[in-house]
This record gives sequence, C-alpha cells and structure tokens, in this order.
Amino acid sequence: MLQAKELNFECETGNYHTFCPISCVSWLYQKIEDSFFLVIGTKTCGYFLQNAMGVMIFSEPRYAMAELEEGDISAQLNDYQELKRLCLEIKKDRNPSVIFWIGTCTTEIIKMDLEGIAPKLETEINIPIVVARANGLDYAFTQGEDTVLAALAQRCPKPKASELESPPLIIFGSLPESTCNQLTLELEHQGIKVSGWLPSQKYTQLPDIPEGAYVVGVNPFLSRTATTLMRRRKAKLISAPFPIGPDGTRAWIEKICSIYNIEPKNLMEREQKIWDSLSSELEIVRGKSVFFMGDNLLEISIARFLASCGMHVYEVGIPYMDKRYQSAELKLLQETCLKQNTNLPRIVEKPDNYNQINRIYDLKPDLVITGMAHANPLEARNINTKWSVEFTFAQIHGFSNALEILKLVTRPLKREMLTY
Amino acid sequence: MKLAYWMYTGPAHIGTLRIASSFKNVHAIMHAPLGDDYFNVMQSMLEREQNFTPVTASIVDRHVLAQGSKDKVINNITRKDKEENPDLVIVTPTCTSSILQEDLANFVTRASYSSNADVLLADVNHYRVNELQAADRTLEQVIKFYLEKVYTEPNSHIKKTKKPSVNIIGGCTLGFHNQHDLIELKKIFKELNININLIIPEGTSVNELQKLPEAWFNFVPYRETGLRTARYLNNQFNMPYLDITPMGLQQTAQCLRQIQEILKTNQLDIDFEPYIKHQTHSISQAAWFARSVDCQNLIGKKAIVFGDATHAAAFAKILHYEMGIEVAWAGTYCSHDAEWFKKEISHFCKDIVITDDYNLIASLIAQSEPDAIFGTQMERHIGKRLNIPCGVISSPVHIQNFPLSYKPFLGYEGSNQIADLIYNSFTLGMEDHLLEIFGGHDNFPQAEPELLKSSSIIWNKNASEELNKIPRFIRNKIKRKTEEFAKANNFSEITLETMYAAKESNSS
Repeated sequence: MLQAKELNFECETGNYHTFCPISCVSWLYQKIEDSFFLVIGTKTCGYFLQNAMGVMIFSEPRYAMAELEEGDISAQLNDYQELKRLCLEIKKDRNPSVIFWIGTCTTEIIKMDLEGIAPKLETEINIPIVVARANGLDYAFTQGEDTVLAALAQRCPKPKASELESPPLIIFGSLPESTCNQLTLELEHQGIKVSGWLPSQKYTQLPDIPEGAYVVGVNPFLSRTATTLMRRRKAKLISAPFPIGPDGTRAWIEKICSIYNIEPKNLMEREQKIWDSLSSELEIVRGKSVFFMGDNLLEISIARFLASCGMHVYEVGIPYMDKRYQSAELKLLQETCLKQNTNLPRIVEKPDNYNQINRIYDLKPDLVITGMAHANPLEARNINTKWSVEFTFAQIHGFSNALEILKLVTRPLKREMLTY
Repeated sequence: MKLAYWMYTGPAHIGTLRIASSFKNVHAIMHAPLGDDYFNVMQSMLEREQNFTPVTASIVDRHVLAQGSKDKVINNITRKDKEENPDLVIVTPTCTSSILQEDLANFVTRASYSSNADVLLADVNHYRVNELQAADRTLEQVIKFYLEKVYTEPNSHIKKTKKPSVNIIGGCTLGFHNQHDLIELKKIFKELNININLIIPEGTSVNELQKLPEAWFNFVPYRETGLRTARYLNNQFNMPYLDITPMGLQQTAQCLRQIQEILKTNQLDIDFEPYIKHQTHSISQAAWFARSVDCQNLIGKKAIVFGDATHAAAFAKILHYEMGIEVAWAGTYCSHDAEWFKKEISHFCKDIVITDDYNLIASLIAQSEPDAIFGTQMERHIGKRLNIPCGVISSPVHIQNFPLSYKPFLGYEGSNQIADLIYNSFTLGMEDHLLEIFGGHDNFPQAEPELLKSSSIIWNKNASEELNKIPRFIRNKIKRKTEEFAKANNFSEITLETMYAAKESNSS
C-alpha cells in the first residue's frame, strides 16, 4: 500500500458541536482561588453554564452571569453604571482579588466596550478587572482559557531582566496543582528551575515575566497566549510537543533542556519505564482504529500519543489548527505515524459533523472520540465512543498521567459484548 | 443587568426546540453562534435519546457579523431538506440572532421555494419570553400553520369522530416525567372508553395535524405548554378544552368529572363516578395510605412547595387536602401565570411566593424551617445545605429525574408515586419517635454544620452534650430557639436549665 508521507490538512463547513468557550470559567475559577468570574451575556449563556457544570453550580461558585436585559441591548441602560452596580455587589459579598469579565457573543454584537470600561471602573472600585472575550463567534471550548490567559499575561509583573543568570522559564496553561508540581519536579530533575506558572494559584502571585524570559505551553490550545507573551511581553517561546503521553512529555522536556543547553539525564529510561507500566492497556489498543470528531483542540496531541500506542488514526477533527504554535507537535505526529508504519491521518479543521458521521459509517472505526451530543446515538448504532470532554477535565499531562489517558480510551473497548 | 447564579427556566429557543424535536420528522435549524447547540447534549444525555437530535445550527460567526448571513441560512435549510427529508423545518432565532435583526422571515420564504419541507420561523422573542412560554407559542404556531392550510373557511364543516375522542396537548421532550404521564393518561382514557385522537407534539407527524378538530375535546395536562393551542382550537373550531391537571386523587376526580360534563354536552350520557370510586379506593393505594395510622405522624408537619405552576399548585393541594400536611408557603417561578396560581391555592395557603430568584427561595426556606421541601433540583440542594429533606416535583431537573422505571405523576398510579415520594421525604414515623426518645443514632459529638458556628453565646459542657443528643434534623432549630431565649433574657451562658426553660417558654 502506498503511504502518504505528509500530513493532509482539510477544512470543512464548521458545522460541528462543541462547548461554548465561556465554559473555561468552570475550571479557571477553581484554579485561580481569589478570582471571581462575571460572564456578561444572556440567559442562553447562563443556561449552558448551569447545565454543563452540573453540581458545581450548587457549591456557591465564584462565578455568575451579568444577565443582559432588553434595556441593556437597546442602550436604555448605561453599561458603566450597570457593571459598577454588579461589581460592587460582588466586592461586598465575595471580596475577590480580581474580577474577570467574560465577554460573550452579545457583548460583541452590541459592541459593549468592556476593555474601555474596565480600567475606569478598576480605579473607581479598587479591584483589578481583567477582560477576556471568550465568545462563540470566534472561539471553541478550550480556546476560552486561551483568551483569559492572554489577558492575564498582560498583568504579570515586569522586572528588569537580571543579566547574570540565564533567562527564567515560565510555563503557561491552567493545570491542577498536583500536575503542575509533577511537571515542575520533572524539570528540576534535569536541573531546570521553573520560575512560575501562568496562571498561578492566586491572582496576587502572578509570575514575573521579564523581557527575554523563556515561555513554554502545556496545552495545544494556547496560541493567543503564546502570541501575547512573545509580542507584548517580549518573551521567547519554546516550541515543543505538549507533555501529553510519555512520548510527548519526553519530547517536551528534551526541547526545554536543549534551550538551556542541558543534556537530559535518564529521560529515555524514565519514558521506557512508563511504557512498560502501560503494557496491559497497550495490548487492548494496539491495532485498533480511532476517529476524532474534534471539539477541544487536544486532538493532535492525543492522536499522536495513541499512534505511539499502535493505534490507527483515521481522522483528526479539530476546531482550529494553529500550524505555527503546534508545529513541533505536528512534526512528532508525522514521525510517529511513519515510525509505527500506520497511515497518516487526515486533519480536518472546522469539521462538519454530518459529513463526519457518514465517514464514520464508512470507516467503522473501533473508537470514536466525540462530544456528548453524538455519543449516545453512535453507541445505539454499535459504534464505541468516548466523550471528548473527559480529556479536558481528566489529568492527562506528564509521565505519571499517561495511564489516565489510556484508561479513558480503553474503557469503552474493554466492555465485553453484553448478553442478556 | 441582573446578577444571576441560577435560572429556573431556560432561554426561549430551548422551548421551541423542545416542541420541534418532539414532533416526528421535524428539523430545527438554530441561527446561533458555535456552542449554542447545547440542547443536543441535554436531549442525548438526559433523555438518553438513541437518535441524533434533529437540531442543527446555522453558525453565526465573524463573517456573518460583517456581511450578514446572506445565503448561509437558506443553504443550511435546503441542505437539511435534502439530507434528512423532514416534513417541516423550524428556523429558530436565538438571543444572538434577535439582536442581529436579520430578516430571517425573508430567508424562510426564500428557502421554502426550494425545499420539499415546509419552513417556518419560530415567532419567539428571546428578551420577552422564557423557555416555557416559547414552547407554548411554538406549538400554537405549528398547529395554526397546518390547520389554516386545510381549513380555509371560517366555519369549515368538521366531521367529529364517531366515538368520543380527545387530543392530549403539550407533553414534550425534556418535560418532567412527561413520558410516564402520557402512558398513564392513555391508560385512563382507554378505561373510560375515550379514543385518543392525537397526542401533540410527542411522536406525532405534522401531516396528521389536520385531524385535530375531529376530536370531541382537548386536554392540556400541563399549563405551561398547550394552553395557547387549546384556546386557539376553542376559538377557531369551537372545541372545548380541559386544563385541570389530574395530579393527586382529588384533582384526578375533578378532571374526570369535567370530562364527563363535556361529553354530556355532546349528548353522551355517562357516569364516571363508579370508575372514580373504584380507582380511588381499590386500585390506587394513596387514599388508604393517607388514612392508615402510619400517616398520622405526618399530620401537622410543615412543608413548603416550589416549582412550575402546574406541579407546585397540584402538590400544595395534595399535601393540604390529601395528607393533612401544613403548607407553610408555596410558590412558582412561572410569573406569567401568577394570577392563576394564587387563585388555586390562596384559600388554604397564606403565603404565596412568585419569584425566579433562587436566593430569595433559599432564605425563605431557611427562615421557615419546614420539615420537608417539595421543589426543583435547586431546592434539593438548598435542602441539603440546611439538612432538610426534599422531594423533587418539578423542572428544572437532572438526569435522575428521567428514571427508567415507570414513575408517572398523573392519574391513579401517579398518586401512588406521589404518596411514596411525600412519605419518604419526611423522617419515618416510628423512627422519628425513637430518635427523640433515645437522642438519635449519632449521639457522639461531631463537626457542627456552618449554621451552628455563627453564634456568640457560650454553651456549657452539659448543655452542649444535651444539644448533641437532639436528632440532627431539628438540632439547628432547637439551638437557635434556645439562643434567642437566652438573648432575650440576657443570659451569656447556656446551661441545662436555660435549655429546659427555653423549651417551656417555646411550648407555652
């Protein structure tokens, strides 16, 4: 069989199911402990958050809707006065160190000048206000975090670069605290000091980013943040595959080491040990095929990891493909497929779910990674599925979490044919 | 702007989608940005639907903002027409499209030229109506559209069915126990020898809608969806309708008697009384259960009720009339139906609350300290926080409110379910006594809930040990009342004597 040597990129209609990017507040408010997220939008936004976040909504979360009413839309009410009233209420009840304003489709369309209002109100009520436009007109799901972190990058303190030491390393991307610690330790083992994470656990502890600092991303959906760090903060971006799967984690660490001119120690052994520990799960996935419908931008990295595990990847749907920010990851995907001697997947940007389902019927993959809108109907047609959302919320980064990813993938495959 | 943490009803387009996706072979196209198709997730997860939800989005993105939708909506309609061959496509505006002010009606007209399907634009305004009102309107709109196609003359002659027959109007997807209720209603009508002409929208094809006027009367089980349609049919086709929800024994009987009256005006002499009597006393267990000694413990217990208008009103009546439970207050978030709600329950319930602010409901519950709450998922969580049991009786709901087993709320089997739900929500009778006598299952000191920590008054050792012996579910109340008593009498420390004195003063 003739094997394509280059990745094949396509773009469809963009008619696909994904979460609205405002969903990022659900994990970011938990990550940034002294924050409050105010989503300025309509009942539609509120309904989505309420239903998508399930139980979290009942635990007095530090987020709320500023629900726009007809008077706001027709400008009978004054945006500034209204926002001031709500933010004072939040200040009184919760006293946060920072209020994030999440702009939505509606604030875009009525052109509410959030970036203009925020600095004035900030000085008036004496709380930092960070504006992020995480709307469904421009972004999908996890890209919401990207807009928030890009805005947050501007708020990091800016010291003079010290001339003695080598430039500091800042990692960007919101991960659970334990995963941050694991990755920080991996780098420390190689003699690399992580000088800070964006975001930090508290707004008041944002890392210093001097000019010339090195920055590296942990997630594939952070291209705006990367751009902001490079252009506005004059940081240097380390372009590496993402630390997802043992292969990705090794490549990520290697790349950072190479920047600091450090010869990585015991890295290959460390990776091999992880692979060895995965052997029982690997047996299940080897030779099986997988189809990504695409909704959270983690697709390339997970596809690459699954290809390393010996799976055949038919198609990688993805909402948005930044070939520059993901270049190292794409290269690793290509190398992995060639090394494993499996077909290179087609990468479909802005997929069309209807067309994809027809392709799924034709290809009959062993596993479809998809959103919840399609999972049950596909299962009813005897096609194994895994909810893609779980990859966003599970801990999947670093060496020790590789098993987590595989467990998600093997769960539907392990299920024996049920008999009654 | 309004600061909102939680909403009892969804946005308008959800109502329209619930109606559209309930009909057979109707497809909805939302004019919406990416991510607004969350309805599909709910349908697929909550209802565990095996089919793909017949809803797609015509995506509003930057290009649409800059240049308008142009042919995008039309292309999406005609594409869906070819792919799925639906009978009807409903174009659904959202909050976003309603401020874009694109001429969706024009798109719909143009698309209808090139598609086999009928195409309608849902006539709902995001900023004026909520999910339930929108569902009500959309249903009326669809019915009107199909009937006006056929019955062009004002007094078209309609052939009624030979045997008495009914249309059941309003049960739809994502409704609270709607599927089970429908089965129960079908059963009742069958036993009463009344044919079911059509059930709309659930599972019905729009091609059958012209049969609607052939029924003898219309039945609207839930006030929130279907009333507009019933009124329209009444105005245009002189069809009587019935909007008494057969929830609870008393209301089921009322409902059946009303049906009897309607049938009598059609010269059908029937008597449902033997049926009602037989069902109430022999088939349903609820009447006997309420009479049985075990339920004596429920008499005088205090409950609060909150939910949509249909369920909250019906439940308040059941608690009051059928179980002898005091309804401290009852309320609904259906403010558009407040008048009806007040009229229904004001003669036995003093305080009526009309609000969609869950914070207000939470503080009212905390103030009135009921023995049990009957409300939505939100009230269940409020109850959890305050350590008060809660039975869920109304949307908004979670996946556990879509049970696999047969759990109707309507009719005679519904009465059984409701009786179980009410009884299980209170602490069981004998257990209640034993807890009081022996000081509870758990009379070891334990971490105090938040509420208990707040006060400034000191409890001495004996008194706090005594307090810990009090069953957990009333401990808060006793603690608060004792402290109030101590404050009123200027005691800085609470001793055993203070506690007993407080108890005496409270009971006198």
